[in-house]
Amino acid sequence: MDIGIVAQQLFNGLMLGVIYSMIAVGFSLFFGVLDVIKFSHGDVVTLGSFSALGAAGVSGALFALPPALALLTGLAAAVGAGALAGIVIGRILVIPLRGAPSINVLLATLMAGTVLREAIRLGVPNGGNPKPFPALLPSGMINAGSFSVGIDSVIIVCAGLLLVVGTHLFVTRTRFGLSIRAVAQDDEVARLAGIDQQRVVLGTFALGSGLAAFAGCMLGLYYREISFNMGVLLGIIGFASAVVGGLGSLIGPIIGGFLFAGVQTLVVVAMPISSAYRDVVAFAVIIILIALFPTGIIAEQRSERV
Amino acid sequence: MQNSAANGCDMSSLSSPAPSLSVPGIRRHPRALVAAVVALLFSGGGVMMHAESQPVVLALLAAFVLAFGVSDRTQIGREIAATCGDYRGVANGMALLCALILIVLFHADHYALLMLSTVAIFSTACIALNLQLAFAGIANFAGAAFFVVGSYTAALVTAYTTVPRTFAPLIGAIVTGAIGLVLLLPVLRTRGHYAALVTIAFGVLLRTWLEVNDVLGGPQGLKIGSFSIMGLDFARLKQIGPWSVSFYLPYATLSVCMFGLVFILVRRLENSWVGIALDVVRSDETAAAVFGLSIRLWKVVGFVLGNAIIGMAGALYGMMNGFVTPNGASLGDSLLMLSIVVLGGIGNLWGSVVAALIILEVPEKLQSIQEFRLLLFALLVLVILLFRPGGILPRPVRDLSRFIDGAPK
Repeated sequence: MDIGIVAQQLFNGLMLGVIYSMIAVGFSLFFGVLDVIKFSHGDVVTLGSFSALGAAGVSGALFALPPALALLTGLAAAVGAGALAGIVIGRILVIPLRGAPSINVLLATLMAGTVLREAIRLGVPNGGNPKPFPALLPSGMINAGSFSVGIDSVIIVCAGLLLVVGTHLFVTRTRFGLSIRAVAQDDEVARLAGIDQQRVVLGTFALGSGLAAFAGCMLGLYYREISFNMGVLLGIIGFASAVVGGLGSLIGPIIGGFLFAGVQTLVVVAMPISSAYRDVVAFAVIIILIALFPTGIIAEQRSERV
Repeated sequence: MQNSAANGCDMSSLSSPAPSLSVPGIRRHPRALVAAVVALLFSGGGVMMHAESQPVVLALLAAFVLAFGVSDRTQIGREIAATCGDYRGVANGMALLCALILIVLFHADHYALLMLSTVAIFSTACIALNLQLAFAGIANFAGAAFFVVGSYTAALVTAYTTVPRTFAPLIGAIVTGAIGLVLLLPVLRTRGHYAALVTIAFGVLLRTWLEVNDVLGGPQGLKIGSFSIMGLDFARLKQIGPWSVSFYLPYATLSVCMFGLVFILVRRLENSWVGIALDVVRSDETAAAVFGLSIRLWKVVGFVLGNAIIGMAGALYGMMNGFVTPNGASLGDSLLMLSIVVLGGIGNLWGSVVAALIILEVPEKLQSIQEFRLLLFALLVLVILLFRPGGILPRPVRDLSRFIDGAPK
């Protein structure tokens, strides 16, 4: 097989991996601070891409902004909308349901996702159909033999990697990150140490959801097309990546995201004809991995009180 | 104790063993009252299935909410509800009778009979989900996927084998149960969200696979032959004696009977030592292990049995509709089933029926909200989860005090 094609596929895998990781990190963050799975996460991704589309489109039309500025406006709108959605969902749904059975919380956040999705479908003009996403990044190509890749894709991958690394540094190096980890470790002790738990929880929701919304923008820029229901599968993939990697750690979801993307890419490379089977194989691998590593590849550390 | 075991139906009622009733009418004719209440509820459901005009549907909904409020908030309402709980045998028998009367009344009305069968079949599947979620403690996020597996099995049985079609639902049950058993291996090794992922992943996997492979018809799905029993082909039945009847009449009868059988089975399980074992395993695995209960065994029993019932219901639903497509296997449909269970009240079998009726039927009837259907549905679920976390009819707490010697019966 041509080395260029392999490199091309590797790059595609890297691209998907970055996006999946950004979504998966959110699941891990929420699970850390509140022991909940926020299943509306995939629809926050959609919300991000639609906010970016709207903001970039409107500001571009009103002020004739250059693409770079329109892009920044779009990104800011996406991250803002995502963070706001995260805070609202956390405040009115997840925190009040803290004591409820986990199935109730799961269902509540899934339904919140449905509300978001339907609101986008009904609220956006002609929202039921896929929407073209403007090309806001420079459009040159980098060629090396049979390997060719758009400059826009390279920028997306670099930005994504930077953001994932940045989130990791934020959680491990800053004061707020310290309080997130403290609440995740033991919320009672954290409260005794004077940490405002609600602030930390809502901050975490804003952080994770903002990341997801950013991932939504990246998807729009990469595929040049977004639709109201693209978040469903992305949410499941993000959740699967986080769980397979290990919900308790921050590196786990990143590993899981790249693993999922790797399996998908591998299926496409190995069986080019039946590339439609990539999700089938990827999810089968996920089920097998759960059987092999019942609490994720980076195992959750917990002790059982008997 | 002998008596109570023979009755079998009133063990887990919430009310105190000897309810002190303040309203004389209830005390004098409890059975008549229970029968009247059930008949009233079913006639309401029947009118709902038959209703054409939106004001009637809205009025019925308002009446339902009012009746629910009365039974929940007022003294007499609570007493009537408690009496219904105490005379479950009368209530359940009357329910079966009412369902059959509705079928006779609707004998030529395709649409009403289709609705009735759909509610009965989905209620059956949701009772099975209850068995898995509320009793065995395994959240099945692939309910619709297993339902569709049952339909596909029925399609293959009717198309490629000479097996009598009467057995198609049974084969659907066996196949679905077997798949559930395989899927349970990873579930048993883990817990909580990790276990939830397995069923979610299976649902997505199955749906994608059904869509991309050509053997099972791809996105178009498959045709399914009609059900037949002892040479009576359900698709050909147009006439019974002098009456011309709807094609759906035999399916409605069959699905109500299937619901009845599954209801009795699951209720018996709940009230037997199996139900107690499942409750213990679910609520505290450590304690269950200390008392020598096999956690794996009981989870396998609950999950596989539940899956088999879902598969059977799916096969019958497929045979009634005549076709199956991968669309029905989506995560959204599985969530719809799970929402019915949670909305009705986790563990309450009649609660699932009430929720199934509301969720399957109201959107069909209110055409004007068709566009906003999903949005309103999601908001409704959120409101109920926030303000009534136990569901519409919460599961009564198991009350074993009447087994203690000397306790009042």
